[in-house]
Amino acid sequence: MAIVEIRDFEKTYAGGFQALKGVTLDIEEGEILALLGPNGAGKTTLISAVCGLVSPTGGTAKIGGHDVVSDYRAARSLVGLVPQEIALDQFSKVADAVRFTRGLFGLPRDEAHIEDILKKLSLWDKRNERILALSGGMKRRVLIAKALSHSPRVLFLDEPTAGVDVELRRDMWEIVADLKKDGVTIILTTHYIEEAEAIADRIGVINGGALLLVENKDALMARMGKKELQITLREPVTSIPKTLASYALTLSEEGEMITYSFDAQGEATGITALIADLSKAGLKLADLHTKQSSLEEIFVGLVGESAA
Amino acid sequence: MNFKAVWAIYFFEMTRFFRTIGQSLISPVISTSLYFVVFGTAIGSRIQEVDGISYGAFIVPGLIMLSVMTQSLSNASFGIYFPKFMGTIYELLSSPVNFVEIVLGYVGAAATKALFIGLVILATSALFVDLQIDHPLAMLAFLILTCLSFSLFGFIIGIWAGNFEQLQLIPLLVVTPLVFLGGAFYSISMLPPVWQSVSFFNPVVYLISGFRWSFYGAADVPIGLSLLAISGFTLLCMVIIGLIFKTGYKIKP
Repeated sequence: MAIVEIRDFEKTYAGGFQALKGVTLDIEEGEILALLGPNGAGKTTLISAVCGLVSPTGGTAKIGGHDVVSDYRAARSLVGLVPQEIALDQFSKVADAVRFTRGLFGLPRDEAHIEDILKKLSLWDKRNERILALSGGMKRRVLIAKALSHSPRVLFLDEPTAGVDVELRRDMWEIVADLKKDGVTIILTTHYIEEAEAIADRIGVINGGALLLVENKDALMARMGKKELQITLREPVTSIPKTLASYALTLSEEGEMITYSFDAQGEATGITALIADLSKAGLKLADLHTKQSSLEEIFVGLVGESAA
Repeated sequence: MNFKAVWAIYFFEMTRFFRTIGQSLISPVISTSLYFVVFGTAIGSRIQEVDGISYGAFIVPGLIMLSVMTQSLSNASFGIYFPKFMGTIYELLSSPVNFVEIVLGYVGAAATKALFIGLVILATSALFVDLQIDHPLAMLAFLILTCLSFSLFGFIIGIWAGNFEQLQLIPLLVVTPLVFLGGAFYSISMLPPVWQSVSFFNPVVYLISGFRWSFYGAADVPIGLSLLAISGFTLLCMVIIGLIFKTGYKIKP
């Protein structure tokens, strides 16, 4: 059974703006799901409505079988939320901030658990420092520590790496991978495609308040992924020889590189025939190189289609 | 009922209070002392007695009320405005707490702080004048009820306020004048009849009068009416807060 079940979830704001247009999504226990979409796509609204920051106007969402509206206490007890903005009481000490969240979830003090979390997030040395004295990256870790204070089974990370430097982003990915090992289900939003590509098991693409697709990452890339064969010529040509017109080829401006697009999943790629025909046409090859299209290209294609 | 959450909020708020305990206490003590010097000495030398009580002693209940009301308002409004302003309110909204628990935590802490300051002012007053408290239990009850109701009111202001100016607006423009005109420093009976009638529309008159009664047994309005006024105000604030959370007004779109 899915740990998060979202059905026809809708949110229309008082002003009439419909931020979510009937989203249906199941999230399996223990997986990492990346919600990908441009700014304003509805990613944050979706998370906010599931977590209780925004009242949904239609549909239902259940966490661990508990409705997030009618049975909010049971539902929210299972959830940790890391918001997009750094929202912290700057004057609190790190450990106090984490204890506070645990208290809000109605759990007794557990110093061993808090020590464990702070150590995992490399915050243990900073536990008695005021949050205002921490760097931006450390503050983000505090947000995560707070969200983990009550050992949630589902963790929502809203753009965990927005505005974060490369090194810290890698750290964040490691933290997410460790959490997954502990069996935590993770839903993260991002508009960095490489992030989804690096850590997600499944990818959902959301735009204009609608979920365009949810698919296993590898399957998505395999299905949508075109491969390209780049052929560098020893001597530039001015046009592609007529004998090669049946292939889908493009010639670079300088005339030294020919690109051949093919479907990597297809029965026949046509590469063997192409190479033979190339030498028949008298072209000499300097280099061959294949390239898989990235998730980014797939994503741009999808969002472009939905906008059209 | 998630009592641990109530305690977490209460404890968090009280920690904030104790972090600045110096400022929290010194300013009311100094301002009270100033009131005694200025009002007690300057005016007191001309008005010897009100209702058979020395002027210095007469203004003690009013002074306490003034501080307790403004402290309750500012503590409670700031207490809930701050998470809204900083964005930390996301935590309250996404945790398994209901609005009663949130209100108990924030309002309870704000009222405790105000009560604490009220008692400190009472103690400071004892250094300047001979205090007499006829009905100590009633005095405490009035004090606590005032702390509670004005903290509830402050909570509403904190939710409503969209910026720091609005946060100050009602305390400064409405409450302080009402307290000064509510007989904090004089007896309503000292006013011309027209202004006496006008004063009875001022809700603060009932609070100060009732509170003063618990000290000296003398009041401008019947004590029952005072109790009714404060209870009614408390109830009204509770209803408004209930509606705020029911509709998600300004906190949950």
